[in-house]
Amino acid sequence: MRLPVFYFRILEVIALTNNILFVDHLEKYFFTYQGIVKAVDGISFFIKEGETFGLVGESGSGKSTVAYTVVGMYRPTKGKIIYKGDKDISQDSRKRPLAIKKEIQIVYQDPGTSLNPSMTIKDILELPLKVHNISKNHEDRIKKVKELLEMVQLPVSYTYKYPSMIGGGEKQMVAIARALATNPSFVLLDEPTSALDVSVQAKLINMLIQFQKKFKLSYLFITHDLSLMRNVASRVAIMYLGKLCEIAPSSEFFKNPLHPYTQMLLSSIPVISDEEEALKPKKIISKGEIPSPVNIPPGCSFHFRCHKKMDICSCEDPIITEVNEGHTVRCHLYTK
Amino acid sequence: MQKKSLTQEELSRRWENIRRNWYKFSRNPLSITGLVMICIILFFTIFAPFVSPYPESAGKFINFYEASQPPSLNHLCGTDAFGRDILTRIFFGCRYSLIMGVTVLLLIVPVGVVLGLIAGYHRGSWLEIVIMRITDIFIAVPPLILALAVCSVLTPSIFNAMLAISIAWWPWYTRLVYGIASSLKEEFFVKSAEVTGANKMYILFREILLNCISPILTKMSLDMGWIILIGSSLSFVGLGAQPPTPDLGSMVADGSKYLPDQWWISVFPAFAIMLIVLSFNLFGDGIRDTLGVERG
Repeated sequence: MRLPVFYFRILEVIALTNNILFVDHLEKYFFTYQGIVKAVDGISFFIKEGETFGLVGESGSGKSTVAYTVVGMYRPTKGKIIYKGDKDISQDSRKRPLAIKKEIQIVYQDPGTSLNPSMTIKDILELPLKVHNISKNHEDRIKKVKELLEMVQLPVSYTYKYPSMIGGGEKQMVAIARALATNPSFVLLDEPTSALDVSVQAKLINMLIQFQKKFKLSYLFITHDLSLMRNVASRVAIMYLGKLCEIAPSSEFFKNPLHPYTQMLLSSIPVISDEEEALKPKKIISKGEIPSPVNIPPGCSFHFRCHKKMDICSCEDPIITEVNEGHTVRCHLYTK
Repeated sequence: MQKKSLTQEELSRRWENIRRNWYKFSRNPLSITGLVMICIILFFTIFAPFVSPYPESAGKFINFYEASQPPSLNHLCGTDAFGRDILTRIFFGCRYSLIMGVTVLLLIVPVGVVLGLIAGYHRGSWLEIVIMRITDIFIAVPPLILALAVCSVLTPSIFNAMLAISIAWWPWYTRLVYGIASSLKEEFFVKSAEVTGANKMYILFREILLNCISPILTKMSLDMGWIILIGSSLSFVGLGAQPPTPDLGSMVADGSKYLPDQWWISVFPAFAIMLIVLSFNLFGDGIRDTLGVERG
């Protein structure tokens, strides 16, 4: 895929402005016995300081892999991750400086596996404080742990409890407290609410929005819940088979979806009233399943399921085009 | 002042935990039987010089007037060909068996566990391949045969027997811990610690090892019996403790020459070995059930 030269220049300019994170042609391939899994296949996006960038996609589209690569669990196969305009962090966490690790934190999907079952809440929350030398001595740390628990509205009596003794929502609160313990400026939220029930979800989302204002955080919010995205994100990106289909500001994204895949996703949100029905695109029956990332179809990877498929789609991969300001689409419908 | 109260809070949590586990353990009459048997054996072993009827029988002692006496009120388990009291020698023999078991475990558990942690955490790298292939070589030979082979190279003594058993037994701990560590390595709590910047020592010995403690404890309590059994087997074939050391295995071997007429010389020490192994196995089963480990 060749991109016009001016496109790179635009990205360079964007990289120098007030972006907390800039991801440039990031690729992450996994080499397995079945073949090469192209989990993330050349995606570029940026996240402005203080905003919530939403990343949406079906299961298996590679959105978690993006988060894990940004946080340093994987080393990118190709491409660059630039933090705060000038810090290149395209390595895995072992090679990153401690100061960067302090700045970027992650909250995982399932709080049941992200908290060590044989450590107390105190031990879990103490680790980031110890590693980054935030509290000097033992007493200080315990005080700070209790402050963190209070911050996420958990009783202080949980300090010496084990994760198995508390509920799923409470575990996720602990995971958020752990992420915020180092006082980061960028937090990756990898489907933080998908394992929780609806009442806890609302509480957790409100808390995250509060923390964002209070600590001036930037979020990369990953979810497959589009209605949640509408309320949380300021810009939304749609991911399909390791590639970004569409990036748009949240309001534009829901009002004027351009990519057929986006239209299909939005039309499949369940609604209860006619007013809501009128708000979303006309019903498009979603067909098919996401193909295996081992053998990605030729041309546009979505053409099997696309309702506006043209001849060119099955042989040529579309390039990214900017349709409106800040609204980019990767589809042949808009290239001419 | 504050620190004290805080640590007390922590202590009370721990105490509560211990009490809960003890409750679970005490529900099973068999594990309690095992524990009581171990306590009784420990009592007689530690106070052997005071509770045994003829303490002088433990060492070089010959009294041909009382040689090969059947069990009677004077000698509850009879006497051997040199006129030594069998019961006394069993008490002292248990000492050697228990010391052997504990020493071997103390030698192999740290080595096996650390190697297993390192291999499991570095799954896929050359470190894993080197450690696990060496482990496989040791596991391929049955432990008793390997211990026999090592013992026959060294001069037979109780310390060399311990060394031989250690060489034969450590790979099992490496395998056990390797299995757990290599699956825990992919867990998100380990990843999270790595991403936060915890060093390798913390990840290995806190995040991963804490989750291996229950299986290790279970295996240790079950292995105690096995190690004593193998130690006795080595003594039986003359490669372990040397006379006149009162070792249960060599006592059985001595007595086997006089079977079946003077049965008491070998049957009672054999019975003692069985009791020790049985009690540790019952205790180990109880620990396994309490700590919720699926396989030993």
